[in-house]
Amino acid sequence: MQQTRSVEVGTGLFVLLGMGALFFLTTQTTGGNDFTAEEVYEVEARFENVGSLRTRAPVAMSGVTIGRVTNVAFDPVSLEAVVTLVIDGQYDQIPDDTDASILTSGILGSQYIGLQAGGSDIYLEDGSEILFTQSAIVLENLIGKFLVNAGSGKDD
Amino acid sequence: MTALFREIYNAVTEFLRTFGAFQLFFLRLLRHSPGMLVSRFDLVVMQVFNSGALSLVIIMVSGLFVGGVLGLQGYSNLSRFNAEDWTGVAAAFGLVKELGPVITALLFAGRAGTALTSEIGLMKATDQLSAMEMMAVNPVRRVLVPRFLGGVIAMPLLAAIFSAVGMFGAHLVGVEMFGVDVGSFWQQIQLTVELDDVKEGIFKSIVFGVAASLIAVWEGYNAIPTAEGVGRATTRTVVITAIAVLVFDFMITAAMI
Repeated sequence: MQQTRSVEVGTGLFVLLGMGALFFLTTQTTGGNDFTAEEVYEVEARFENVGSLRTRAPVAMSGVTIGRVTNVAFDPVSLEAVVTLVIDGQYDQIPDDTDASILTSGILGSQYIGLQAGGSDIYLEDGSEILFTQSAIVLENLIGKFLVNAGSGKDD
Repeated sequence: MTALFREIYNAVTEFLRTFGAFQLFFLRLLRHSPGMLVSRFDLVVMQVFNSGALSLVIIMVSGLFVGGVLGLQGYSNLSRFNAEDWTGVAAAFGLVKELGPVITALLFAGRAGTALTSEIGLMKATDQLSAMEMMAVNPVRRVLVPRFLGGVIAMPLLAAIFSAVGMFGAHLVGVEMFGVDVGSFWQQIQLTVELDDVKEGIFKSIVFGVAASLIAVWEGYNAIPTAEGVGRATTRTVVITAIAVLVFDFMITAAMI
């Protein structure tokens, strides 16, 4: 009887592990929200175009990751993308006129938010909004502009 | 000259006979499978334990190291293009679509398949299967089907565990060792790997599970009932499973691309 019990426990454990692994593989959600900070504060930024920015993308200042994107939403009234980011609580002296731009790490890299410090004496705090933003550069638009310019230049 | 032709003819017919018998054996197992799943589920659970739970250690350790190696290789090559963020993608694709199912099937053949073959072969050598028949118990139903089903159920789960642990290994190497950003690492994976890729891996692991269990059970059931015969059958299980798995892998991948 004892042996049947241990077999059943072992099998149950095995099947649970397997199901857990399948769940992990199909959803791929684990690990991403690993950004460890004891205290964080939430900031909003509005962009005209976020490109392929996704939640859990890093927020970097001078190249150092100081936060993460927690939400990317679309505001139907202002017709803008609203990005919510959390920043590590130990960096609480970021000027409120800081500029946020969506950048790409490397040629093939993923997109992240880069913060460029401003000069204000008032600091960002929980719930404040970053006013100066720069949208993601969409390569197609860039090429389109270039082609239009090249075309018009020829006509002149 | 005629003797040579006769030999070739005999060899060909013998091969066809074995192949046909193998198919019929498969159908026999399938016919008894639903009944056994309902009436003697405890036997199936016992075999899931033997084939699956007892293989966990080898699967998890191998998965960890295979994932780690993918992380190492991926990082060292991708960093040349400044694309370290893709380390996770390289590891994820490798694990989920190919290495997870294939290596798990090979390890499964070595760990569980050989155990099945030698167990059934020894039962045959010690006349236990004949004794069952004397008692009007169908040994195919009572002995082979639960072992076959146990392997079929265990294999996809093992492959999933292998891939998941492998991802953890790749994470350890990529993020903890080389300092790839955690967010980019997983974001890139989520952006690139699609549900269809995972489905392909699951489909493969089911096919390999059926193949590996079937071959192991078949070899044991048809082993020459001597010590040498059982040993040879065990070897054949590993060899045939390895070839079958790799050939099937190629065919499935070619069909799905």
